[in-house]
Amino acid sequence: MVLITRKIEFSASHLYHNPNFSAEENRRIFGKCNNPHGHGHNYTLEVTVAGEPDPVTGMVLDLKELKEILEREVMQRMDHRHLNYEVPELSGQIPTCENLAQVLWRLLDPKITRGKLHHVRLYESPDLFADCYRNGAGMAGKQ
Amino acid sequence: MNNALKVELGRRYRFSASHRLHTAHLSEEENFRVFGKCNNPYGHGHNYVVEVSVSGDADPATGMIANLADLDAFVARQVLEDFDHKSLNEDIPAFRDTVPTTENVCIEIFQRLKSFPKAKLERIRVEETGKNSFEYAGENLEGNRP
Repeated sequence: MVLITRKIEFSASHLYHNPNFSAEENRRIFGKCNNPHGHGHNYTLEVTVAGEPDPVTGMVLDLKELKEILEREVMQRMDHRHLNYEVPELSGQIPTCENLAQVLWRLLDPKITRGKLHHVRLYESPDLFADCYRNGAGMAGKQ
Repeated sequence: MNNALKVELGRRYRFSASHRLHTAHLSEEENFRVFGKCNNPYGHGHNYVVEVSVSGDADPATGMIANLADLDAFVARQVLEDFDHKSLNEDIPAFRDTVPTTENVCIEIFQRLKSFPKAKLERIRVEETGKNSFEYAGENLEGNRP
């Protein structure tokens, strides 16, 4: 099995606010991420697909195809958007890095039909990221 | 729904410290042969990067596996305050008798962080320089990368 990874970058704004919490609780739990008008990040998304290279083309999947999937599913939905207001897949959820990574996994997993989605890593900043794997994949499943 | 996916939160921290690779189990010549310039008598330093990965279900109310304020405070208290701008050999008790290679730094940091109460510690990855890095996921392989 071979892993191939494609990286894309998008920029979006968000804020953390739970309407079930009081203003004070929101401030205490979310800190500056609760500032009312939101703020933004340059996100970096790394998408890793696992598979066997096709004997004729030598490819797990055509990177052009993966690039088009990422453009359609991620860039068009999220780039230069406000995650709280413009991305329905996140509605009712706090748009944390870990929630957004799961949303991205669920958007991409059914679209990747050559090879299999193996790993999604979403950087909200160079020092903060979330990883998604299929539960039971790899060593974690060998118990 | 969360059972289908394993989600980890990763956070990078930095500290600067000095160390010297030297063991009392070897002669001066053997130390120099094994450790090379890392054995120079007065030590040298690095800007270390520590990557901490924790896992768990995101709390539906906050969307968080762990509140970063909690994780940052825990890592600062357990690791950074002791390690930053220190000599690993002289200032960290674990390295009095153990060579402070980055392999051992990984293990020591894992031991110091595994009691994080808000989420499960999966893995520690330490970059000694931009060109080398080390990972430790505890004694069993469960926390290793899929």
